[in-house]
Amino acid sequence: MPNTAIVIESSELLQTITHAKNSLGFTLLLDITAIDNLNKTHPSSTRFELVYILRHADFKETLIYKVAVADETVGVQSISSLFSSADWAEREVYDQYGINFINHPMLKRVLNHMQFEGHPLRKDYEITKGQYCTNAQDLMDEMKPLLKKRNLDLNKGDLMVVNLGPSHPASHGTIRTLVALEGETIVAAATEIGYLHRGFEKSCENHNYNQIIPYTDRLNYCSAVMNNIAFAKTVEDMMDITLPERGIYIRIIVGELSRVIDHLVCLAAGLLDMGGQTNYWYLYNPRDNAYDFLSKLTGARLTNSYMRIGGMTHDLYDGWEADLRDVLTKIDFGITESLKMIAHNRIFNDRLQNISVVSAKQAIDYCFTGPNLRASGVAYDLRFAKPYYGYETFDFDMVIGSVGDTYDRMMVRFDEMNESLKIIRQAIKRIPDGEINVNDKRIIMPAKSSVYGGIEGMMNHFMLVIEGVKVPKGEYYGAFEAANGELGFYIVSDGSGTPYKVKVRPPSFYHIAAYPKIIENYQVADAILTLGSLNIIAGEMDR
Amino acid sequence: MDVSNTHLLDEAVVTTTIDAVINWGREASLWPFVFGTACCAIEFMSTAASRYDISRFGAEVLRFSPRHADLLVVAGTISYKQAPILKQIYDQMPEPKWVIAVGACASTGGFYDNYTTLQGIDEIVPVDVYVAGCPPRPEAIIDAILDIQRQLKREKCFEVRNTEFKGKLDDA
Ligand code: SF4
Repeated sequence: MPNTAIVIESSELLQTITHAKNSLGFTLLLDITAIDNLNKTHPSSTRFELVYILRHADFKETLIYKVAVADETVGVQSISSLFSSADWAEREVYDQYGINFINHPMLKRVLNHMQFEGHPLRKDYEITKGQYCTNAQDLMDEMKPLLKKRNLDLNKGDLMVVNLGPSHPASHGTIRTLVALEGETIVAAATEIGYLHRGFEKSCENHNYNQIIPYTDRLNYCSAVMNNIAFAKTVEDMMDITLPERGIYIRIIVGELSRVIDHLVCLAAGLLDMGGQTNYWYLYNPRDNAYDFLSKLTGARLTNSYMRIGGMTHDLYDGWEADLRDVLTKIDFGITESLKMIAHNRIFNDRLQNISVVSAKQAIDYCFTGPNLRASGVAYDLRFAKPYYGYETFDFDMVIGSVGDTYDRMMVRFDEMNESLKIIRQAIKRIPDGEINVNDKRIIMPAKSSVYGGIEGMMNHFMLVIEGVKVPKGEYYGAFEAANGELGFYIVSDGSGTPYKVKVRPPSFYHIAAYPKIIENYQVADAILTLGSLNIIAGEMDR
Repeated sequence: MDVSNTHLLDEAVVTTTIDAVINWGREASLWPFVFGTACCAIEFMSTAASRYDISRFGAEVLRFSPRHADLLVVAGTISYKQAPILKQIYDQMPEPKWVIAVGACASTGGFYDNYTTLQGIDEIVPVDVYVAGCPPRPEAIIDAILDIQRQLKREKCFEVRNTEFKGKLDDA
């Protein structure tokens, strides 16, 4: 059941979106992307179409606008004056598709390097055509206007420009921030990403739906299964199929477990960055226990690829319950011990409280989602706003911060882990017996015995491998509450087994876009902790 | 003193080569620089944490300045955009230095055969040990470190290695 997009003229784009924001209450700009119609089987009026995905302030309703772009070199009006999140979203569309945005403050590449020629997501760009990059850009084109706005002069006073990253222990190897310092205080900052851009979206266009699952593992690799689930669920929703109860419960259990793992890694690394190394051991070790469970279940520690369209590879193993309960106890222990060390620790509190405060209004403008948005006091969680998989039947709370500072972002994660553990414990009790996969041989691989034992099973297997799962023609945006926030997939299907286009709506991309703004006026050491508390995962940020 | 009478010195002296002594020291004091960019870096975190504990092999002094390090551990996908940074880090490391390519991506580009991913870091820097896996388990990363240790024992300690190597970014 594809959702319907409202088609508007490019001339009325700015006006329509202003109206949607100010009068209709669609205050969250989730994503902007484009479609290249070059290879499309049905005729379309223009080669490029833009897609704007907005969410209502009640967090329930999604609105999609489509705009035909008559001439990509002329482009359409930028909406970055309406939403801060549009700034980088438009830059990405420009980078990947080469569509211009009129009046954009700084339209330049964001994922690909500066020496790159062409626009890789265009259908006529060959997927394997790599381009060597010899130099990094100096980013002064972004820094200079910032300094000018603040009446600062690089040649006068104590101003110093320092490069943090991308090869910096606290920048996760992939984030580069150029900061202008006055003493230790950051007076201006510009962030560059794209160092881990690995062509997820282009790769999707030449793999069938089940082959994409391993790629989704590597979006947010700290909670790989969750990405599997989000993608599989989106495709299942497009096909209008639902998993049997047991399958859903398994997804809830492993999904929530990976949310916990994600938060554990974020907090362990964040506290390590501030010198609290003991916390690292307490929080990181139970994560290894959780990996033992996952590797016993799925065969892999980190990149599990456990899900398939219409279900999962296999059922839980005998004795899973005892193993899982043991893991939960160990996680509980790690959280408790870690909190004992920090909850009333003056250094921890002083270093985190009132640092990089993001107000609720700003957070919405930047299109924060997930724990980072909730830390700012906005009660938005898809498991509550638009419950799927029966989340409404579980007893758990939404964790919300009040200030939106680094402290809140970390503490929200601590508490969310407890909530997820609650969900898992309830699910263990309630999980029913029965099938785990949908019963449809156009979707699920036949049993090996029938593949080897009969021609029908073999043909069935063959077709599924060669052609893949066929998804009905249409366009669909599916959203999922992942560990870092709203993980969305915008999929365009032409009816075949390979998607025509897949766009990920990655939470981290929008969080990092705000980063240079929220670290201003704080010290370098604070910025490091802010980055840790935002939990930027390069795999999903750069894709 | 008549040193030809070895009995006089008893066990106070052992004879060996400079190479053997220096390499013996180097072997158990590798200082890794972890160039971690992606999923593989998460498994490196596990390798360093208490369960797998690389300090058992003398390689726990992780450095984030290339000037302090002699073992470059490249864990994760390297894009064309990242490549010049990696090369710069490698160039900044003093000799002697060794390189481990952790995982499919660093070794060959992995399953990212596309416009943005470098098809193996050996296009730009020389690699001593490749580790298979996506990601490799921590045991495999430890095994690679042991491999480097075995390898370096056979080397001449004052010789500069890889002088012949010419990478794709070298004349740029
Ligand atoms: S080899 Fe696999 S796990 Fe390692 S960085 Fe590449 S995709 Fe990630």
